[in-house]
Amino acid sequence: MQIAARHLDKITIFDISGDIDLATSPELRKALLREFRDLKIPRVVLNLERVRYIDSSGVASLVEGLKASRDVGSRLVLFGVNSTIREVLQISRLLKIFEIYENEEQSVAP
Amino acid sequence: MSRGSLLLRMELQSNPEMLCVVRQALGQLAAAMGFPEPECRAVVLAVDEALTNIIRHAYLGNTGRPIEASFHRVQAARDGRRKDALEIVLEDRGTAVNRKKLCGRALEDVRPGGLGLHFIRECMDTVEFNRRNGRNQLRLVKILDVHGPEKGP
Repeated sequence: MQIAARHLDKITIFDISGDIDLATSPELRKALLREFRDLKIPRVVLNLERVRYIDSSGVASLVEGLKASRDVGSRLVLFGVNSTIREVLQISRLLKIFEIYENEEQSVAP
Repeated sequence: MSRGSLLLRMELQSNPEMLCVVRQALGQLAAAMGFPEPECRAVVLAVDEALTNIIRHAYLGNTGRPIEASFHRVQAARDGRRKDALEIVLEDRGTAVNRKKLCGRALEDVRPGGLGLHFIRECMDTVEFNRRNGRNQLRLVKILDVHGPEKGP
């Protein structure tokens, strides 16, 4: 998994690629918690278009990031949710708790 | 169900970095057996979660411990008919599985963790845990509901 960060006004966009699994999910968790807890970024957008796989540890990292965002009044936004990710979130029954958009333009809209 | 033909056997170490290798091989194996793409993804997810549980819980995160995985083509009954199926057996020598913890958790409780076993049960037709000769054994079966290729692996 690779995470590349972009900054757009007060929004951080993480372009994520590869697999989010037991080996890599701690890095995603750490990156999300840093943005919300340390930097108090109002909105973090995850571009998941190039994510090939996500497991339960990856979902757990997303949930932890979501909780951290709510704790500080920020937003965690996802886009590029492909069928693989969507299936896993559906099995988790967590699809509806995330703020998901079709594309980046919608994700960063005011 | 009788043990059918061996398709693949893997001897792994409890290293999270190796999970992607298993996923790749298993995805191709399931596809070659004739499983549709969503079913291939389900099998891969279940086995990945099972291996993750072995690494995290049976081996307490320690790397370099042995895991054996075998994959057989078997016959399994569904709706009174015999069907081709993929049987996966994972064995480890870690601490015994606490059966009280095998119930998973309520999904309404939105929090990180505790989803792996739920994923496995959702994705597979049979999930059986056993402890034999100091080993944990997990047996998973996925029934092939579509007509597979004439000559599979």
